[in-house]
Amino acid sequence: MLYPRIIPCLLIHNKGLIKTVKFKDPKYVGDPINAVKIFNEKEVDELIVLDIDATVENREPDYKMIENLANECRMPLCYGGGIKTASQAQRILSLGVEKVAISSAVFNNPELVKEISTEVGSQSIVIIFDVKKKLFGGYDVYTHNAKNKIKQDLLVFVERVQNLGAGEIVINSIDNDGLMKGYDIDLIEKIKRRLDIPITVLGGAGELKDISQVIDKFGIIGCAAGSLFVFKGKYKAVLINYPNKEIKNKIINNK
Amino acid sequence: MIGIVDYGMGNIKAFSNIYKQLNIPCKLVSKEKHFKGVEKIILPGVGAFDHAITQLNKSGLRATLNNLVLNEKKPVLGVCVGMQMMAKSSEEGVLSGLGWIDATVNKFNKEELGSKHPLPHMGWNLVKHMYNNPLFNSIDSSSRFYFLHSYYFNSISKENSIAVTKYGKKFTCCVNRDNIFGVQFHPEKSHHDGEQLLKNFSNL
Repeated sequence: MLYPRIIPCLLIHNKGLIKTVKFKDPKYVGDPINAVKIFNEKEVDELIVLDIDATVENREPDYKMIENLANECRMPLCYGGGIKTASQAQRILSLGVEKVAISSAVFNNPELVKEISTEVGSQSIVIIFDVKKKLFGGYDVYTHNAKNKIKQDLLVFVERVQNLGAGEIVINSIDNDGLMKGYDIDLIEKIKRRLDIPITVLGGAGELKDISQVIDKFGIIGCAAGSLFVFKGKYKAVLINYPNKEIKNKIINNK
Repeated sequence: MIGIVDYGMGNIKAFSNIYKQLNIPCKLVSKEKHFKGVEKIILPGVGAFDHAITQLNKSGLRATLNNLVLNEKKPVLGVCVGMQMMAKSSEEGVLSGLGWIDATVNKFNKEELGSKHPLPHMGWNLVKHMYNNPLFNSIDSSSRFYFLHSYYFNSISKENSIAVTKYGKKFTCCVNRDNIFGVQFHPEKSHHDGEQLLKNFSNL
């Protein structure tokens, strides 16, 4: 049987690891390589690493940094940040990365999904949607660290990228980011119903119970979290953590 | 010495990282002359079938690989698309595979899988191995390995299938005929059991 995935998501800013609240107030939480080493020991299911500077600074992905991270990773790695072309995606995969995540470039040029998936295969292309609730219902999609609102409709666009060959969708709730009060279940429901590719949810997990809740309800799904796996306690002391085998088995065997 | 075939596809460095850590000699092979001293071969791959075959053809290594594997009988381990390339053909593309094993590569049927089994098959699944194959030494049957694929290896001769995984239906996730081995999952990203499998391959 295939198990749901529990995935730490690490944000990189100025070469350090940071954690935001609602995409703002970055707090420095340590060195990325060191975090990867700890997550290796904890045998995490997968790791998502997002360089949140690359697109905003309009620069190429930092291949050296990606290579250094991939060298350490003993688990599947998904990298995102600054990817605009199929050859960039291919280069990143050759460094020891399994999946590339793309966001802003896809909204400018949806056909890019098709182009990349033809080369690297659907299984290795992930599309990230950073979404925020509209004032009167529904969701808007943002890029550039929640600074740039895009025109496309979320629900129409997730189906479109699926049809173009995306292998996975990551739905990231800007409203819930860093609050540690649970995932946006309505949002997950709306997206999941429309898709038959894997989805991973991000934004809001504050305790393992939040992850259990999603897995109990949706079965095979990816549950990603930032704060939960880098902070401990209500004062948010930095402590890299992840459920041990026994606890994890309880969470993932519920379905 | 283990040679990891570098034909411009996939996560080649993930293998050398693990072998380096295990102190097992290995090198990347991108030209025919690099095969000197290589006793075992890893054919990695993350990508689409036709693109992988095209890249392999372009690399100029195809004939050499055929010779080393089929005539000199060097042990070879294909991983993910590297395994799929050992088949005769794939529904993902139109190009011919290496044809080392009597098999085709087929797409999972979405209707058969239903809504509970999204495609790609992505994540940790149980690998049930049989026949005490040395590749699985010290690995429990029903260990978890990481999968990332939408197409599966459809082995014509069932005796070549040495491990199966269930995703909607059972499929061959490890194949072996003589010196030729293939795994659909990613041992290089499957923590302890994956490292053990790569170690076992080096001890064949």
